[in-house]
Amino acid sequence: MGSVKAELLRLWKWPATWVLIGVWLVMSLTFGYLFNYLALNGGTNTRDLSQQQLISSMQPENVGAAVVRGLPMFGGAIILVLAALAVGSGYGWGTWKTTLTAGPRRVSAMAGTVGALAVIVVVLVALTFLVDLGAAITVASLEGWDWSLPGTAVVEPLAASLLIAAMWTGFGVFLGIVTKGPALAVGLGLMWAIVTENLLRGVGALLGPVESLTKVLPGGSAGNLAGAVGGSGAPGVLNDLGGTTAALFLVGYVVFFLGTATLLKVRRDLV
Amino acid sequence: MIVTTEKLTKRYGDRAVVDEVSLSVRRGEVYGFLGPNGAGKTTTIRMLLGLVQPTSGSARVLGEAPGTPKALLKVGSLIEGPGFYPYLSGRDNLRVHAHRRGVDRTHVEAALEQVDLVGAANEKFRRYSLGMKQRLGVAAALLGQPELLILDEPTNGLDPAGMADMRDLVRALAAQGQTVLLSSHLLGEVEEICDRVGVISQGRLVAESTVEQLRGDTVLLIRADPIEKAHVLIEGSELRGDVLHVRETDAGALIRTLVHADVDVREVRPLRRTLEEVFFEMTGVA
Repeated sequence: MGSVKAELLRLWKWPATWVLIGVWLVMSLTFGYLFNYLALNGGTNTRDLSQQQLISSMQPENVGAAVVRGLPMFGGAIILVLAALAVGSGYGWGTWKTTLTAGPRRVSAMAGTVGALAVIVVVLVALTFLVDLGAAITVASLEGWDWSLPGTAVVEPLAASLLIAAMWTGFGVFLGIVTKGPALAVGLGLMWAIVTENLLRGVGALLGPVESLTKVLPGGSAGNLAGAVGGSGAPGVLNDLGGTTAALFLVGYVVFFLGTATLLKVRRDLV
Repeated sequence: MIVTTEKLTKRYGDRAVVDEVSLSVRRGEVYGFLGPNGAGKTTTIRMLLGLVQPTSGSARVLGEAPGTPKALLKVGSLIEGPGFYPYLSGRDNLRVHAHRRGVDRTHVEAALEQVDLVGAANEKFRRYSLGMKQRLGVAAALLGQPELLILDEPTNGLDPAGMADMRDLVRALAAQGQTVLLSSHLLGEVEEICDRVGVISQGRLVAESTVEQLRGDTVLLIRADPIEKAHVLIEGSELRGDVLHVRETDAGALIRTLVHADVDVREVRPLRRTLEEVFFEMTGVA
């Protein structure tokens, strides 16, 4: 518990935590509401979205879908960066050395970091939900729509959001530990989340096995889960797998990333 | 014994960075771990703290295996400079560390007072001078009143005033009965502060004893005229050019003997090997 408190204190007071959360909230509002609102009011090109789809995507009762659809790619990338920075920076600052000589077992120290990151991620998803809900209510009121608050059905997309966020957090932790620094971890993570999987999807159009693989890669699994719980109209959201299958893959990734990272942390010399 | 190692060895490939080091640190002493840069001091210390696993050999720290919570909670350490979060204040960094060590806030304030950092406790760590950073590192090491303090090159990078401050701090801790393992390549520092010294060179412990024992006996240097007569008069004296070296501590008796024999005594002074000379002899560093 002491390790979680320690990590939470330092992550809570870390400007990078709030900068990244702030950037994500601005992105979520801009792409989820502002652009859709402008398109609805005088936009000349609304892509393949009908007016009814735009209105539906901004309804307060659909805010759960609005939260989850941003996480498979851009939201996930931001969470990955946060986790990779939180873990990788400790090597450059020498704080891992201080942490591991303070008393707790290495497993406890890792659990403290992961536990604190989990709290931060829950805060991020909760803030996204609240900010999106506020935006949705504002738009609905401005437009004079009949609207209602989201019902219990919102639990499913929010739970999916947390699982997707947990996977990206695990990926960031894994990269931070493997590369023993923040720069390479962030670079590799961003490249994977935004470039590599998209390139593979492109190749998948030509090669069947690659296409099958892309559906179950970390981003693909996240996109499929988001698609299965109602997320749509955002980059990275897919509809190739069932929700349960996608969720199981994500759980597998969380276990693999955090398990491998912990094993490396416990067994490797800190020089 | 607070720390014992038995043939402690760390190899990276074929290279033994630490080679069968057997040392012991006694309760209440300031133990100087002396060696040139790259001799294996920090690797040995990292093994004592469980940060590095030995290739062979064993170590016990306060009766426990290194790196276990039981051992670590009784040890405070500062290794190769302090590792703190640059965006947190000194006080918040200590609070983070206190959570990990399971000690409450009162210890944080006490540690800040002990290293004289209360006035700067709310400043961000990144704005601290090097000396303040090192002192914060010592404050973190003191949290929870450890039985053993391990300080690895605590004066590295400090200006002369900062070095003097750090030495005073270690002296004050030693005066309170704190056991300290102090690694350094600064001979004067070790000579001034430490009770016993272990000298490590190229990974091997080449000597372990008190500073006095390492420096050996005092030799008297005598200039006299005629020097040959003085040489004959003083049994066991060694003529080196125009001076005599005598392993004798009763200078008064020697002078009386020479004066009674009509030898003009021009200079008598004790000559003692410095720790630096001993160190260079042992480590082959010049």
